Amino acid sequence: MKRVRLLTPVLIAVVGSCMSLVVGCGKPSDESATSTTSPSDDAGMISPQKFADAVHAVMMADRTVYAKHVVTNLKKQNAPVSPSEYWEDEEHKIPLPAQMFRMGSEIVNEDSNAGFTYALKSLWPLNPQNKAAEGVETKGLNAIKENPDEPFYETEEINGKKYFTAIYADRAVAEACWDCHNNHPNKGDDYPEFAEGDTMGGVVVRVPLN
Amino acid sequence: MKRNRTLWLLWLLSSTGFAVGLWIALPTENSASSASLIYLPGETTCGHYQIEIKCAVCHEIGGDVREQSCLDCHADELKEARDTHKASKFSDPTKAELLQYIDATSCIACHKEHVPGQTREMGVTLPDDYCWHCHQTIAEDRPSHASFRYDSCATAGCHNFHDNRALNENFLFRHVLDPAHWSTQKVLIRDSKDNGSQKLSASDHDGPSDTKPHVIREWVSSAHAKAGVNCTGCHEGSDGTEGVDSSKGWENHVDHRACQRCHESETVGFLAGRHGMRLFVDLSPMRPELARCLPMRSDSAHRDLTCNACHHAHDDDLRHAAVDACLECHADKHSLAFKETSHYELWQQEMSDSEFSGTGVSCATCHLPRMKIGDSVRVEHNQNANLRPNEKMLTSVCLNCHGLEFSLNSLADRQLVEKCFGEPPDVQVESVEMTRQWFEARGRKPPSPKQD
Repeated sequence: MKRVRLLTPVLIAVVGSCMSLVVGCGKPSDESATSTTSPSDDAGMISPQKFADAVHAVMMADRTVYAKHVVTNLKKQNAPVSPSEYWEDEEHKIPLPAQMFRMGSEIVNEDSNAGFTYALKSLWPLNPQNKAAEGVETKGLNAIKENPDEPFYETEEINGKKYFTAIYADRAVAEACWDCHNNHPNKGDDYPEFAEGDTMGGVVVRVPLN
Repeated sequence: MKRNRTLWLLWLLSSTGFAVGLWIALPTENSASSASLIYLPGETTCGHYQIEIKCAVCHEIGGDVREQSCLDCHADELKEARDTHKASKFSDPTKAELLQYIDATSCIACHKEHVPGQTREMGVTLPDDYCWHCHQTIAEDRPSHASFRYDSCATAGCHNFHDNRALNENFLFRHVLDPAHWSTQKVLIRDSKDNGSQKLSASDHDGPSDTKPHVIREWVSSAHAKAGVNCTGCHEGSDGTEGVDSSKGWENHVDHRACQRCHESETVGFLAGRHGMRLFVDLSPMRPELARCLPMRSDSAHRDLTCNACHHAHDDDLRHAAVDACLECHADKHSLAFKETSHYELWQQEMSDSEFSGTGVSCATCHLPRMKIGDSVRVEHNQNANLRPNEKMLTSVCLNCHGLEFSLNSLADRQLVEKCFGEPPDVQVESVEMTRQWFEARGRKPPSPKQD
């Protein structure tokens, strides 16, 4: 109980500042994690898995607020601005929630102090830029497709660097999401017909381990 | 012993001669002699030759190029262009594999300097097939691209590496039904700066008592006098920046820093472009005699390219700055053909009748376009901002009067560019029709044409 009390403020600090703490949080074990384990978080230090879970919670919270309280609210009020994939080209448009998410990830990814990267990936990307990479990403996205409630965790090596990689299901929560995806001109022949609750992609969080 | 002395003397003489030779060849800010090039590893590109003697603008001591030096001058431009390949798109670790082919996070991966044998248009030092390395499976997503040459992506008028604002498929689709010419053909009208000051008359001037009468006459009829800007507004001593140092008293010579006191965005634009880039790095002004990439008139060879080169000091006739000032120096085919074009006829019509305000096309209409910034209209004085690749000109210039496909075809027609667009294009860029087919096959009808 005491340990939980100790961990809570630390977690809040990490979530609030979106980070660089992970570097100072000890040396995680080199053991390969499985889908249920991760390097340990002894002595009050935050494990990469806990860190990934925490930042993912913040990301999802922010996106939910944007989708529910900004975008939906504008729609309800018949506001003169509306979300559009082409918000940069057209007047009175704002980014789609998924675009807002990607723009945020690009800002974090180019911040060398952030200490981690994240991205929204899919097995059926409408934008080829968001296609799941071969290997851990594809494996993880297939895993969360089968078990959306179970995040996928694994360590991997990319270009000589070791990462703790966490992948979380990204589900169809609002009709606007699957309606737009199901009717998008970029969808391929094998594109699924999405419905509420379906896993449309995954949020990939990568924490460097060395 | 005697032989030793001779050898020492010979060594001394040859060393001195060598040192003197190097000193003579030392590049000065006004020289561009072949001798001075011994300090350069190779010929500098058209984009940078004007500042090549200021090695430290780009290089660390020791020679390495500072990547940040590229962004010091070009970051805003890339942001404005909504760079399609911005570095942050490649920060995802899984993109590392792609970066092995071309490190898209580094400017100098594609734009090396001093390698004339490798340098292509826009300072690109990669072969034209650079898109292929990452996009070789494009035909899987876009079967229509299957027959295209692997090196044609960025050379057929369809795609650019950085700036695709007017080339992306949504933009193309919105303009599929554009006519060649819009019924209303007009550009923005410039704002006149109203600072609330009272108009000044000849008796108000605060210049020296021996100021020549014609100078006073020109000033009285200028926008400066109308806006209450007196002689000392420009001629008061400078503090070395755009600020004023009254203790220095009257200064006859006025440079861009005095203009910047009131014309901030115009001066910043001027310094960012080919006309002012030497001044930006504290070199002497550009002169036509130093030009290497475009032919210039020999009778203007020694003129300094300052604000006053186009805007006369006391007579601020902007009509002169819009056409004749350009043609006083530029002598390339495109410039020389301008006065034979229908664009010029429209310009003459506008000059002769205020009813046609905004309908004329001058050199400045296309190369120093009027831009809406917030509630005001300002003239972009960085003439390179919408020049290369020339599709950058579509939204800021061409689409004011012409439809997208007509404009794309015209910009892709190199002979027509040389003729300064005097006639309809003879080239067909396929992207607009391909976009129509792509969307129509998916049940979408092109929207009604609407002028942006």
